[in-house]
Amino acid sequence: MTELILIAIGAALVNNVVLSQFLGLCPFLGVSKKIETAAGMGGAIIFVITISSAITSLIYTFILEKTGLTYLKTIVFILVIAALVQFVEMFLKKAMPALYQSLGVYLPLITTNCAVLGIAITNVQKGYNFVESVVNGLATAVGFTIAIVILAGLRERMEYNDVPESFQGMPIVLITSGLMAIAFFGFSGLI
Amino acid sequence: MNNKYMKPLINGLLKENPTFVLMLGMCPTLAVTTSAMNGLGMGLTTTVVLIMSNLIISLLRKVIPDKVRIPAYIVIIASFVTVVELLLEGFIPALYSALGIYIPLIVVNCIILGRAESFASKNGPIESIFDGIGMGLGFTLGLTSIGMVREILGAGQIFGLQILPASYEGITIFILAPGAFFVLAALTAVQNKVRNKKGTKAPVSRCGEGCASCQNAGCTGKIEGEAK
Repeated sequence: MTELILIAIGAALVNNVVLSQFLGLCPFLGVSKKIETAAGMGGAIIFVITISSAITSLIYTFILEKTGLTYLKTIVFILVIAALVQFVEMFLKKAMPALYQSLGVYLPLITTNCAVLGIAITNVQKGYNFVESVVNGLATAVGFTIAIVILAGLRERMEYNDVPESFQGMPIVLITSGLMAIAFFGFSGLI
Repeated sequence: MNNKYMKPLINGLLKENPTFVLMLGMCPTLAVTTSAMNGLGMGLTTTVVLIMSNLIISLLRKVIPDKVRIPAYIVIIASFVTVVELLLEGFIPALYSALGIYIPLIVVNCIILGRAESFASKNGPIESIFDGIGMGLGFTLGLTSIGMVREILGAGQIFGLQILPASYEGITIFILAPGAFFVLAALTAVQNKVRNKKGTKAPVSRCGEGCASCQNAGCTGKIEGEAK
């Protein structure tokens, strides 16, 4: 149990997926203009990454390792993730229309999000078992949501600030992310 | 050298430089540029995958049905990434361990799927190879220059050679994660400055747009392709 908690804290705060591993930067920079959209994206990411780490972990242990085809993991994982996102979208549309309304727009954007594939591969490289993979996936996605919501809040404030002309747009957002990354270093003493 | 082949080459290196102009493939750009050498290695690895996938996709462009093209492209790209990954592991283990998880992640690099969709699927194999070389070298140029700035500030070295006097104490933060954000922000700001002077429109939030359009091209296509 302690080990699972350590994995969770490590993935969500200490090795934050965006701020220290740079996975999922596109949505982080692209859909962080408003807090609501950022939270929506975060929700969709939590949903997809948790399910995909569970499924890829099962596929790796029970199919790829049994048949000795572990070197095919990249190809298999990306196809599984693409199909999974599609399936999740269809399932949500039928079964939970309310949730689909709020997350639906973000789902298609997630397939090309490198965080999803990145977590699947990290789970395999670190030799996590099924439960550890799910916890790691969930915690990483929560870490992503924390980071994107904070950035969105900062960007909403920044709208009213007088930013030097050359730094308007992307540069100031990158600087803000850099400062957030420094702040997140503070967590590295936790474990 | 024929003009038809030179044009995509120059285009990728300067006019549509994937790192500084199109702002594509940001994950590896920030993650592996802790030194000029790592940036160069990542750039060249991506270049090889880009050239090979462009070539094969261009050769197969009349065979692949339009509706399943994106999954087909992804399988082709993922195969080459696997090949390159195994080769690196076997022959350049130092680079393999330095790049780590970012090698398999070349699969989801916007640049490769973007070029497959927007160039290789419409042009002949030779032009596609040159487009791959141009875009790949442009990406390599971007990564290496960011890596060089970070290495000079962080360790006083370029490619492992001591440049600044030994009394210079490296600013470690530039080798750590936040430094990547700061260096990229500064380089983009310089680029904005140059653009503003020239009177062209500043590329405000280009990254978001670039990624969104790339994701749209990749994802909606894939969703449609798989749904049918």
